[in-house]
Amino acid sequence: EKSKDNFLSKMSKAVAGKSKVDEDVLDDLEEVLISSDVGVTTTIKIIRRIEERVARDKYLGTAELNEILKEEIAGLLSETDSGDTDGFNFKSDGKPYVIMVVGVNGVGKTTTIGKLAYQFKKDGKKVLLGAADTFRAAAIDQLQIWADRTQVPMIKQQMGSDPASVAFDAVQSGVTQGSDVVIIDTAGRLHNKVNLMNELTKVKRVMQKVIPGAPHEVLLVLDGSTGQNAFEQAKQFTAATEVTSLAVTKLDGTAKGGVVIGISDQFKIPVKYIGIGEGLEDLQVFNKFEFVDSFFKK
Amino acid sequence: MFDSLSDKLDNALHILKGHGQITEVNVAETLKEVRRALVDADVNYKIAKEFTTTVKEKAMGQDVLTALKPGQMMVKLVKDELTELMGGEAAGIDLSGKPSVILMAGLQGSGKTTFSGKLANYLKTKKSKNPLLVACDVYRPAAINQLQIVGEQIGVAVFSDEGNQDPVNISQAAIAFAKQNGHDVVIIDTAGRLAVDEAMMTEIANIHVAIKPNETLFVVDSMTGQDAVNTAKAFNDRLNFDGVILTKLDGDTRGGAAISIKSVVKKPIKFIGTGEKMDAIDVFYPSRMADRILGMGDVVSLVERA
Ligand SMILES: Nc1nc2c(ncn2[C@@H]2O[C@H](COP(=O)(O)OP(=O)(O)OP(=O)(O)O)[C@@H](O)[C@H]2O)c(=O)[nH]1
Ligand SMILES: Nc1nc2c(ncn2[C@@H]2O[C@H](COP(=O)(O)OP(=O)(O)OP(=O)(O)O)[C@@H](O)[C@H]2O)c(=O)[nH]1
Ligand SMILES: [Mg+2]
Ligand SMILES: [Mg+2]
Repeated sequence: EKSKDNFLSKMSKAVAGKSKVDEDVLDDLEEVLISSDVGVTTTIKIIRRIEERVARDKYLGTAELNEILKEEIAGLLSETDSGDTDGFNFKSDGKPYVIMVVGVNGVGKTTTIGKLAYQFKKDGKKVLLGAADTFRAAAIDQLQIWADRTQVPMIKQQMGSDPASVAFDAVQSGVTQGSDVVIIDTAGRLHNKVNLMNELTKVKRVMQKVIPGAPHEVLLVLDGSTGQNAFEQAKQFTAATEVTSLAVTKLDGTAKGGVVIGISDQFKIPVKYIGIGEGLEDLQVFNKFEFVDSFFKK
Repeated sequence: MFDSLSDKLDNALHILKGHGQITEVNVAETLKEVRRALVDADVNYKIAKEFTTTVKEKAMGQDVLTALKPGQMMVKLVKDELTELMGGEAAGIDLSGKPSVILMAGLQGSGKTTFSGKLANYLKTKKSKNPLLVACDVYRPAAINQLQIVGEQIGVAVFSDEGNQDPVNISQAAIAFAKQNGHDVVIIDTAGRLAVDEAMMTEIANIHVAIKPNETLFVVDSMTGQDAVNTAKAFNDRLNFDGVILTKLDGDTRGGAAISIKSVVKKPIKFIGTGEKMDAIDVFYPSRMADRILGMGDVVSLVERA
C-alpha cells in the first residue's frame, strides 16, 4: 500500500538538492502510473518530462516537486482541458443542441445520459432523449426509466427498429418541441465490428438532414476500469463518428482511469465528465488536477 | 499501440543470438521487452514482474546449443509458463445439485445478465437441462425486463418478483420454485457492484450464505486494466468463488487481465463470452489465451522464424 504522502516524501528526499532523479524513485513513479492504467508509452513520456524538468530546474524543494509532477502529467491532458473544465456549453439559439453518445458495451452510456439530462434540466434547459439503442434487451425500457426519473420526454420506436430512424425522429421532435438539447443513446458496440461502426456513422449522418451540423457533440463513454484497449476504442470511434469529448465512468471504484491521459494527449479530445456512481447526481465535470491527484492516493 | 510481441522481441533477440548459453546479462533485455508487452496487454504490473522473474530463473543457464536457438527457447518458455499459469484442462461446472444453483457476481456492466442467458441456453441445448433464470438485480433500471427478454429469446423460464427489494428472499423463493417445477439448474443474476461498496458486497455475501450455490461465477470484462487484481481479490475474499467468466473477447483486447486474475485468486477461467447473442459462449482454452496476450498467434511464427 502506497499513500500519496509516502510516495511524495520519498520522491522529494531523493530529489531534494540533486539535479538528477534516483532510479528507485523513477521505478516507484513508474509503478504508480502503470498501476493507474496510464500505459507504458505515456508513462515513459511522463518520466522523461520529469527527468528533464529536474535537470533543468535543479535543486528542487519538496513543495515544488508535487506541483511539477501534477503539472507534467496533467500537461498531457488535452490542451482544451483547462484546470476546471466546463461541461457542455451551449447557447440556446432556437435549435436544439444535439449530443450523440457512443461507446463499447456496458461502459455506462445510458446511465450517463440519465445523469446529463438531470443536470441540464436543473440548469433550466428543455431536454429530450432519443432511444436509438434498439438492439439490447430492455435498452429502451432502461432509458425510459431515466426519462421518467428526470421527467423529460423520450422518443422511441420498437425494439429491433432502425436506430437511424429513431435518431432522425428524436432530432425532428426536438425541433418541433423547441428543445434546448437532444441526447441520443446508441447501442454498445465493440469498435472492431465494421458493420456496427458503419451503422453508427449512418446514425450520425441522418441527424444532419434535420439540423445541419448535428450532432454538435459526439460523447465517447469510456469505462474507468478499462485498460489499454481504450486506445483502440478512442481511435475507432473517432474514425467512425469524429468524437468530440470523453466521459469516464465508474471512477467511484478503485480503478483510476489513467488510460485517458494518453488518449487525450494523442487524439486531442477533452475529457468532459466523470461518472462516480449509479445515481442521478453522480456525474461531475472533469478536473484534471483532481484526477491526477487520485493516482497518488492509496 | 498494440505492437506485437514479436516486433518487440526481434530487437532484443539479436542480443541472444551468437551466445551459447542464456545468462543473466543476455536475457535481461529480452525479459524487459516481455514485461513491457505483458503490461501493454493489461497484465498487472507486479504480476508481470513476478512472471518475468520466474521465466528468468527457468531460462538461466540453459544450454542453447541444443535443438532450439536462444530466441526460440525464450519465446517457448514464456508461452509455456503463461499457459501453465492460466490453468490446464478446461474446467466444467458442477451440475450435481438438485437443483444445481449457480450464482453470478461481478462489477457493473461486466456482462452478468447476458452471460446468465448464454449459460442457460448452453445448458438447455447442449446438456439437456431445464434451467431457471432468477432476476435478483433489484436496482438497475429495467434489469428484470432485460432478463425476461433474454429468457424469452432462448425459451427459458425466468423467476422474478417485481417490487421485492430483498435478493436473498427472491433467490430462496426461486430455488423452492425450481424444486416444485422440475428445474434442475437455477441461474441467479445479480446486480453489478463495486468491490469497495460495503453494503452491496455484504448483500451478495448474504445471498451466497443463504443459498449455498454449487457454483459461484465471477464475471469480468476482458478489457479490464490494472484494477482487475483488486476487484478479483475482493470478490474472492467475500465469496470464495469457483470460477471466472471472461466476457467481450470478440473485441481486440489482449485480455491480460486473465493472467492477473488467475494468479491472484487461483481459480479456473471456465467460459468466455464472444458476442452479444445468446450462442456466443465458449469454453476457455489457456493456450489460445496465452497466444492472444502475447500478440495473437504470431508467437508461433516467431518460433518458426527465430
Ligand atoms: N459504480 C458506477 N456504476 C456505473 C456508473 N455509470 C454506469 N454504471 C453502471 O454500469 C452499468 C452499465 O451502465 P449502462 O448505462 O447500462 O451502460 P451502457 O453503456 O448504456 O451499456 P450498453 O447499452 O449495454 O452498451 C449499470 O449497472 C450502471 O448502473 C458509474 O459512474 N459508477
Ligand atoms: N460484444 C460483446 N458484448 C457483450 C458480451 N457480453 C455482454 N455484452 C454486452 O455488454 C453489455 C453489458 O452486459 P450485461 O449483461 O447487461 O452486463 P451486466 O453485468 O448484467 O450489467 P449490470 O447488471 O448493469 O451490472 C450489453 O450491451 C451486452 O450486450 C460479449 O461477450 N461480447
Ligand atoms: Mg445503454
Ligand atoms: Mg445485469
